[in-house]
Amino acid sequence: MSAEILHRIQFALTISFHFVFPPMSIGLGLILIILGVKSVRTGDPKWRQLSMFWVKIYGLVFAMGIATGIVQEFQFGTNWSVFSRYVGNVFGSLLAAEGIFAFMLEGGFLGLMLFGGSKLGNRLWLFATTMVVTGAMFSATWIVMANSWMQSPAGSEVRDTAQGAQAFMTDFADVVFTPTFIPRILHVLVASWIVGAAFVMSVGAFYLLKGRHEDLARTMIRVSLPLFAVLSVLQVFVFGSNAAVAVTENQPQKLAAMEGLYETRDCAPMFIVGWSDEETRETTGLSVPCLLSFLATQDFQGQVDGLEQFPTDEWAPVNLTFQVYHLMIDLGVLFMAIGAFALAMWAWKGRLWDMRWLLWVLVSTIVLTHIATQAGWWTAEIGRQPWIVWEQLRTADAYSPMVGTGNLVFSIVMFVLLYGLLFALFLFLLNRKIQDGPPPPPSEEDTSSLPDSFAEVFARRPHRASQDSTTAATGGEK
Amino acid sequence: MSWLATTWFVLFVVIVAGYVILDGFDLGVGMLSPFVARSDHDRRVLLNSIGPVWDGNEVWLVLAGGALFAAFPLVYAALFSGFYSAMMLVLLVLILRTVAIEFRSKRHSQRWRNTWDWFFFASSLGITLLLGVALGNVVRGVAIDEAGNMTVDLVELLNPYSLLIGITAVAMLCLHGAIFLTQKVEGELLAKVKRLIPRLGVTFFVLATAAVLATLQVDSEMVDTFRDRPWTVVFPIGALLSTLVAWRLVEATWYLAGFLASATTIALLLASVAAGLYPVMLPSSIDRAYDLTVHNAASADNTLQVMFVIALIGMPFVLLYTAGIYYFFRGKVEIDQDSY
Repeated sequence: MSAEILHRIQFALTISFHFVFPPMSIGLGLILIILGVKSVRTGDPKWRQLSMFWVKIYGLVFAMGIATGIVQEFQFGTNWSVFSRYVGNVFGSLLAAEGIFAFMLEGGFLGLMLFGGSKLGNRLWLFATTMVVTGAMFSATWIVMANSWMQSPAGSEVRDTAQGAQAFMTDFADVVFTPTFIPRILHVLVASWIVGAAFVMSVGAFYLLKGRHEDLARTMIRVSLPLFAVLSVLQVFVFGSNAAVAVTENQPQKLAAMEGLYETRDCAPMFIVGWSDEETRETTGLSVPCLLSFLATQDFQGQVDGLEQFPTDEWAPVNLTFQVYHLMIDLGVLFMAIGAFALAMWAWKGRLWDMRWLLWVLVSTIVLTHIATQAGWWTAEIGRQPWIVWEQLRTADAYSPMVGTGNLVFSIVMFVLLYGLLFALFLFLLNRKIQDGPPPPPSEEDTSSLPDSFAEVFARRPHRASQDSTTAATGGEK
Repeated sequence: MSWLATTWFVLFVVIVAGYVILDGFDLGVGMLSPFVARSDHDRRVLLNSIGPVWDGNEVWLVLAGGALFAAFPLVYAALFSGFYSAMMLVLLVLILRTVAIEFRSKRHSQRWRNTWDWFFFASSLGITLLLGVALGNVVRGVAIDEAGNMTVDLVELLNPYSLLIGITAVAMLCLHGAIFLTQKVEGELLAKVKRLIPRLGVTFFVLATAAVLATLQVDSEMVDTFRDRPWTVVFPIGALLSTLVAWRLVEATWYLAGFLASATTIALLLASVAAGLYPVMLPSSIDRAYDLTVHNAASADNTLQVMFVIALIGMPFVLLYTAGIYYFFRGKVEIDQDSY
């Protein structure tokens, strides 16, 4: 197998595994903020109890995200050195911003957030949580910004240097706001929130099915189900279709691959399921007539460019792009249906709580939403092939030339084993936390004795050898 | 405007120093844990002394990698792809360490805990040794060709000089970790740590002196650099002195001051290396004309400028809340339901 293929396999493997975690932490973060706000507003201890439960799971997800994220940062250099040299000048400012604003915010406040349940009052804990979640969203923003530059480069020019061609930044604002950036970041954030809502909803439904923690489980669903339902609708009709329009305008050959459209035509159909054969240049399946034209051009008779307009050596793998794209779309529509139906059953005299099959469907949403986000990311990345930087640098020219295949085989095997272990441990611990359930509700006194403003934090006396531990645990209470 | 590239070189060194100082003490605690703590309770105390901060400390490594990619993409590309197998091992131990810390106390089984304790120790040692060896090879020079590419096998990395740097790094962080622990533990555990400090101090002092001398042997250019800029010798001399100061302060039970002195040692040692190399970042062992320097490997000025503005806005906040968080988690460790 060639070094290029091995580099591709390793990157696909590690990025896909990494991308399991950031959407979960971004989405769960939103839910934790909602729980925190409720806690501050109502003072009802059940909100704090729920926060304590979910923040532990957040900690687990976050640790996985950091561990697998460092790999990504290193891999640009280790496996894609030509790419790193090519984009360094352009990505420099974006990465610096991510490092300083996003990572440090997350890393710095994470300890406070995770340990806040026993150390901070409601308001201050909410503050720490908000900082971490803002950091996580920033992080996603910069990453999607960089990735959007790879999809639709702008604000830069290519110059030849002693070390090969490099892109140089000409306009910072153009690099930041490339044409595809805004639609793509909104699409990614909303997808992440859907994953987070699905996560909480599926755990809540699981508890109801098992007859455990029923009150808290209903509260979980009351918070997450409306969010899930509304965001799913918005994702399909607003954010997802905006992202598709951005593809149409900036990467027409990618759109053609996504829909398996070979001939340029008006009234182009949009498939629901299908199969695209690159040999015969035919796509067959179940389709809605003219819908693609409408989505791409806002006109049912609009003309959509087919792949025939472009040289074949610039085509993405058509059927693969087609399949992952439709998997995402179909799941998106399914989420709308699940959300709407579950909401209706809840509104109809609370029937939802007794419909076991529907609760099982809700449990499954955490897996389904993950499949959808992965499929979406694959669409973005596979659809961009053969380019690593759109129409500038080919993936085949971007990998590290000096790394031998032996080393690559070694590292791929290492990652497979390591990530296998990591995923098994993650599931094991996640399962245990879910089986253990939420902690007992915190008593009013315990919570109110915790510092809840900056002044109180800095007045808090540290634990000393002479103090007994109960006094210390409540922050040096007199 | 070469001042921008130089400024970023200095900032990069500051970030690396930040990483070594902050993650350094938690790596040190990891390396010391099997020797200092025998009982499960003591091990948990050690683990929780770094509990709320180790994650944030590791972020400095991410930041250092990002800063290198951003400011000196050619160095980043050459270094990371050239040290491929070593970098993969660094990733392996980094991940294993995260897993060990997170998962260790999640089950009561003694076998489970002992296994992860071993991983915690071995991975802390592995990271320190690997990064130390990598630094040794950078100082020694690597086979960078005209196109800015290089490749170094794992076996080639393990030359005597680089191993000396690696072992010195291990001793340095063990000492640093021990001094950190004096702020965090009490009773019998504290006495144990304090008994260890003079021994670690002497070991480190001897190794560091040897490393400084060996460096002047290995890299003749560095001797010239120090001759051209004689004032820079304050860095290595200051580093050795502040080690002694750290030890005296710990003896006088001024633990925080001792820790700061130990941090100063680390910063000054890294400053010595940086001052000795500057303006070279990656010396080429093939031909010094192929050296990657602060000037030929940096991003363009406008990129550096934007980054500089971002750093200028961001860094004060970072330092402020890092300090705030350390302040919040100050004092001796207590084990409660949230603990690792």
